[in-house]
Amino acid sequence: MAKHEIESEVSGNVWKVLLSAGANVSEGDVIMILESMKMEIPVEASCDGVLQQVCVQPEDQVEEDQVLAVIED
Amino acid sequence: MQKIVVANRGAIARRIIRTCAEMGIQTVAVYSEADAGAPYLAEASEAYPLAGVQPVDTYLNQDALLAVAQNCRADAVHPGYGFLAENAGFAQKVIDNSLTFIGPAPRWLAAMGDKVSARALLAERGFPMFAGSDEVRDAQSAAAAAEKIGFPVMVKPSGGGGGMGMQIVREAAHLEDAVMRARAIGVSAFDQAGVYLEKYIEQPRHIEFQILGDGQGHAIHLYERDCSVQRRNQKLIEESPAPGLAPDRLEREAAKSAEACAGLGYDNIGTLETLFTPAGDMGFLEMNTRIQVEHGVTESVTGCDLVALQIGLARGDGLPTQPERKGFAVEARLYAEDSESMLPSTGRLSVFRPPRMFGVRVETGYVQGQVVTPFYDAMLAKIIAHGQTRELAIGRLCVALQAFAVEGVKTNATLLRRILQSADFLAGRVDTGIVDRLMGER
Repeated sequence: MAKHEIESEVSGNVWKVLLSAGANVSEGDVIMILESMKMEIPVEASCDGVLQQVCVQPEDQVEEDQVLAVIED
Repeated sequence: MQKIVVANRGAIARRIIRTCAEMGIQTVAVYSEADAGAPYLAEASEAYPLAGVQPVDTYLNQDALLAVAQNCRADAVHPGYGFLAENAGFAQKVIDNSLTFIGPAPRWLAAMGDKVSARALLAERGFPMFAGSDEVRDAQSAAAAAEKIGFPVMVKPSGGGGGMGMQIVREAAHLEDAVMRARAIGVSAFDQAGVYLEKYIEQPRHIEFQILGDGQGHAIHLYERDCSVQRRNQKLIEESPAPGLAPDRLEREAAKSAEACAGLGYDNIGTLETLFTPAGDMGFLEMNTRIQVEHGVTESVTGCDLVALQIGLARGDGLPTQPERKGFAVEARLYAEDSESMLPSTGRLSVFRPPRMFGVRVETGYVQGQVVTPFYDAMLAKIIAHGQTRELAIGRLCVALQAFAVEGVKTNATLLRRILQSADFLAGRVDTGIVDRLMGER
């Protein structure tokens, strides 16, 4: 069991959170959608596993490299 | 008209402020907390802060903008493009506050904002249309409409624009899902559940006609702009004249556009967007009821100041005479983005030196040292090159892009130069698929 942190590739806002902690995810599943410069940026699961933690809420501002979610495989 | 509130930010705010200064009109700038370091504040006669950074709290905050207009005793509001520029409710509130709205009458913003109503109005004036439907209410009426139009069809939210919520449907089995999705996006983005269908045109060219109307049944055109070079519905390069089409044909289509707007009684500025099929058939796409981002292309070939004309029409100066078109203009939009990952790029502009060159105009809302934030669009600058030939205009634009020094954010400059130097673009073989083909995505 390893923990995988998913970091933001951009600075922006959290627009929608689609999955919550406890959800089973497959690599590529969209966990949340960020908004930056009027663009929607999906945040995807980096591996199969269980979504252990979602670290942000809708409307939160996030910075580049900030941890958005943690997956345990 | 002595004092105009500029209800916008960045490049277009600067652009409006400059023309107003030339005309001896005072300007009032507004700015969000994220734009406190923007150059347009100092260029305006007065500047007032709007609390917050998000568009909804600032440049979309109608009450705050109207309060500024009242407090500073302005007599007009220029909305620029984006934000509230096509919001009929805001335009009406401006008028109800005894201010002049520098743009078309609210009824035109409403009529053209609803894409089904816009289609109907232009069709009535005899403007060419591709097959399309009225609003579809359910899966059955959507299926019937699609049957009549013929697959593939484009499913669109009727409140939409700019590509949001649009979906291509190639077979009946996927129609219902697409209609539901377009409806959901329409409700969340435009507060409107209406959905309609249009014939999907494969690999079209996007050509738009610039119109000015006086609201008294007269209108002129300022020729066309070819905006086919796009990526994911984002325009990258625009030019006038449209390459590779017979000038007399384009002139006829432009005249049709002006006649349709004259017949409607349309006022102030507008752009009739059309698609051209590979076979050369033209059909209506939508009408934009505001100054466009790419207006500089038209200014470059006509010598007309479109902001000055908007102000003139709003105060009843009447239409200018039809200008001649001279030479060729090509514009590139420099975006703060990583062209490979397509992700926007934010940060402090540690270096930002626009080129100063003969035949090249740069419109930007940024100066060196300013921070590019994630709150607004990613456009850093528009670079417009003019030349006696298309080749010269393209050459100047390439040199200007190379000379434009930007550090601190990533830009799409390399991609823009790659497009400009591609065999297809140089030959004028443009359509909306050109960038994807060049990037090897298709």
